[in-house]
Amino acid sequence: MKKEDRLEEKNPIESLLRMDRIPHIWCPGCGIGTVVTSFAEALHKSELDLDKVAIVSGIGCTGRVAGYVKLDSFHTTHGRAIPFATGLKLAHPELKVVVFSGDGDIAGIGGNHLIHAARRNMDIMVICVNNFNYAMTGGQVAATTPKDANASTAPYGNFEYSFSLPYLAEAAGATYVARWTALHLRRVTKSIQEAFNRRGFSFIEVITPCVTLYARRNRLGDGLNLLKYYYEKSEIQHGADTRTLDISYQGKLIVGKFVDKEKPTFLDCMNEHLAKVLGEKYQLYGENND
Amino acid sequence: MTEIQFSGFGGQGIIRLGLISGKALSLYAKKHATMTQSFGPEARGSACSSQVVVSEDRVLYPYVSMPEILVSMSQEAYDKYEPELREDGILIIDKDLVKARPARGKIRTYEIPSTRFAEELGNRITANLVMLGFFTAITQIVSPEAMKKALPGLVPGRFLDLNIKAFDKGYNYGKKTKDEEKKQK
Amino acid sequence: MKKIKADPKGVLTGAHYLDGDHSLAEGGLAAGCRFFAGYPITPSTETAERFSERIPKVGGIFIQMEDELASIAALIGAVWGGKKAMTVTSGPGFSLMMENIGLACMMETPIVIANVQRGGPSTGLPTLTGQQDMMQAKWGSHGDYEIIALSPDSPQECFDLTIEAFNLSETYRVPTFVMTDECVGHMHEKVVIPPAEEIELVERKWYTGPKDKYLPYKPDKDMIPFMVKAGDGYRFHTTGLTRDERGYPVINAECQDVCVHHLVDKINKNADKIIKLEEQEIDNAEVIVISYGITSRVTTRAVEQARKAGIKIGTIRLITVWPFPEKRIKELAKKVKAFVVPEINCGQVVLEVERCAAGQAPAIHVPHCGGWVHDPDDIFKAIKEAAK
Repeated sequence: MKKEDRLEEKNPIESLLRMDRIPHIWCPGCGIGTVVTSFAEALHKSELDLDKVAIVSGIGCTGRVAGYVKLDSFHTTHGRAIPFATGLKLAHPELKVVVFSGDGDIAGIGGNHLIHAARRNMDIMVICVNNFNYAMTGGQVAATTPKDANASTAPYGNFEYSFSLPYLAEAAGATYVARWTALHLRRVTKSIQEAFNRRGFSFIEVITPCVTLYARRNRLGDGLNLLKYYYEKSEIQHGADTRTLDISYQGKLIVGKFVDKEKPTFLDCMNEHLAKVLGEKYQLYGENND
Repeated sequence: MTEIQFSGFGGQGIIRLGLISGKALSLYAKKHATMTQSFGPEARGSACSSQVVVSEDRVLYPYVSMPEILVSMSQEAYDKYEPELREDGILIIDKDLVKARPARGKIRTYEIPSTRFAEELGNRITANLVMLGFFTAITQIVSPEAMKKALPGLVPGRFLDLNIKAFDKGYNYGKKTKDEEKKQK
Repeated sequence: MKKIKADPKGVLTGAHYLDGDHSLAEGGLAAGCRFFAGYPITPSTETAERFSERIPKVGGIFIQMEDELASIAALIGAVWGGKKAMTVTSGPGFSLMMENIGLACMMETPIVIANVQRGGPSTGLPTLTGQQDMMQAKWGSHGDYEIIALSPDSPQECFDLTIEAFNLSETYRVPTFVMTDECVGHMHEKVVIPPAEEIELVERKWYTGPKDKYLPYKPDKDMIPFMVKAGDGYRFHTTGLTRDERGYPVINAECQDVCVHHLVDKINKNADKIIKLEEQEIDNAEVIVISYGITSRVTTRAVEQARKAGIKIGTIRLITVWPFPEKRIKELAKKVKAFVVPEINCGQVVLEVERCAAGQAPAIHVPHCGGWVHDPDDIFKAIKEAAK
């Protein structure tokens, strides 16, 4: 068979992946890859100039995403993807900057940056893959681990309260907030598309299975069992009050788009304010000075 | 080389005195002048000081060890810094705020009611500028024009005129003091 | 290495009466820094304040981040977005920046960090001076790497050396530090800012070849790889992991060997080009005082005393502290009786002098724990001891 004849076998998102880095490192049954697929799908469907889209990841399983996506891609340090992205965006406002990282990276070690970027309504998109534990290091308890779930550093079960990420993001000032699971791939794609088409701080949480660690340690079965759990226990409630989104161990998962509002971004506020105060001395930032 | 120390309590504009003098000397009098200041809790409330080292050439060692000129605008500052003044130095004080002991050695003491004058001009905040004018006339280390040229940027624009008025008040008082001193000789 | 003239927009040409902190900001603006991210910390805050006032008027951006971890991360991001970027901090903030200084080294990202040093450890002496972060500048982040550190002795040099720091940082694609201290930071002196056309800047080493041939970490003839910025269609990858020329992670000893040697060699092998010293009366000296920053100015008092006492004394002021002038010290160690090294710490740069002198001449340290400068008499006593 000639090479050209095999073209139809090519994965449609291959052009968006660094195929020279495949196979990836994720475990069988892991949900991160499916979120990457949704992301690539959204890029595909968007009319964006992909040369102007940059992706920034931190550290962890999801932190590896930047390495597989064929965009200008930055694999940074643990917790600092958001401030890195902030610098990138402000230096080059024409870029669409996406932070793609895990719950430990974004809401644990990087939690402070999350709330401040949301507060500023920084014009970036954060895709936060939440697998309820620190997977890269072997399944430790996280800020998102539901109470009572078992983790390698919570061998008697987790007794801490966990973050509800949509509630946190909205309270801090995010102007677009959605939550989905790895089961809702088309919804994830749609949310990412919506986020691409708007300005301001967008936060998309995607709950995904960590089969090797979280599921095994808690005897929850394989990837399919977890998807079944999502199927049975998730409930779409667009516009739900983010105060009601807590996740209990194997409990109900309220998903949907909770927040979608317009508010001037950091750069809008800066430009408007400085133009008002400084008058003609001020050249609007981000216009003709890239 | 001349070592000058301005002292008083926090809020009197003591650091400003060092800044304005340093700037006038460096930019408008072809001298080299390094200004340093004491920071920290002592800069708020209790005795604070700023120092200017003046030289014809580049100032290498930037700190004051035994000042030749000491300006004191508070009793506490006077008590703290006066013992370091050279025996042939010049002491300049606000006479309402500082009760000076009999002078040591050949120290010459000059007094001005700078705070009272500033109050008479309508704003006691300019007492430091009255003092600066007086200091300029007494020490003649730099011309009054150079000092005034150094003011913009170092005093709020809307108070520039008031500050110049305060400076002149102190300067004229200083000139009178100097004239009388000559007559006595 | 392409040289360009400074953009007049950022250059405040003229004579000014400025403190070191403000001069750092003016140096940055003159060097073309158009992105500043920082977090307030005494005694460096005045630099941030000046940037916040000046940079919006010259087409740049100031952002006060939530902490120093964020500041330095934003800096690296901004450089990959095409800007020249700088931050300023002091001890505690410097400590917080360490991890991402390593990232900047690994990603070969040119950034400038000024540290207005104060007494430590911990919160230490927020308002008082120190030179205790010198080794931290060299070794503070984990792993092996090399950086460049300069030490200004005056507000004028805070201006000059910040420009120099940007030039070195762009030339070698490495984080470059301006290691000043509270004394210089808060000292006012005349600072002359030349016209823009007299300020020579090093332009970033932009890649211009075919897009599909771009390799982010392929060293050029001068060891330094070409750089691109995000948004220009290269679709490149970079990472903090050990990586190959493509910027792809390769987790093995062979790649680590190439990668780390490159990071270390590009500075060490260019050390002669980087290092700047100010030497005085070295030729017949029996004793050489080696100092840097504010301490070199305090040393002048002691040196005067020593000369009056008939001691043949020379001085070296380290304008560049890292990389260290190994060769020069080795050379001089054969000729002198001893080195005297005063610094405001319990013994940092003196260790390097000792290492280079390799037993040929002793290095006598004059310690000071911070809070104030040395009493020149203490330095003089050490010189007398050294001359015996």
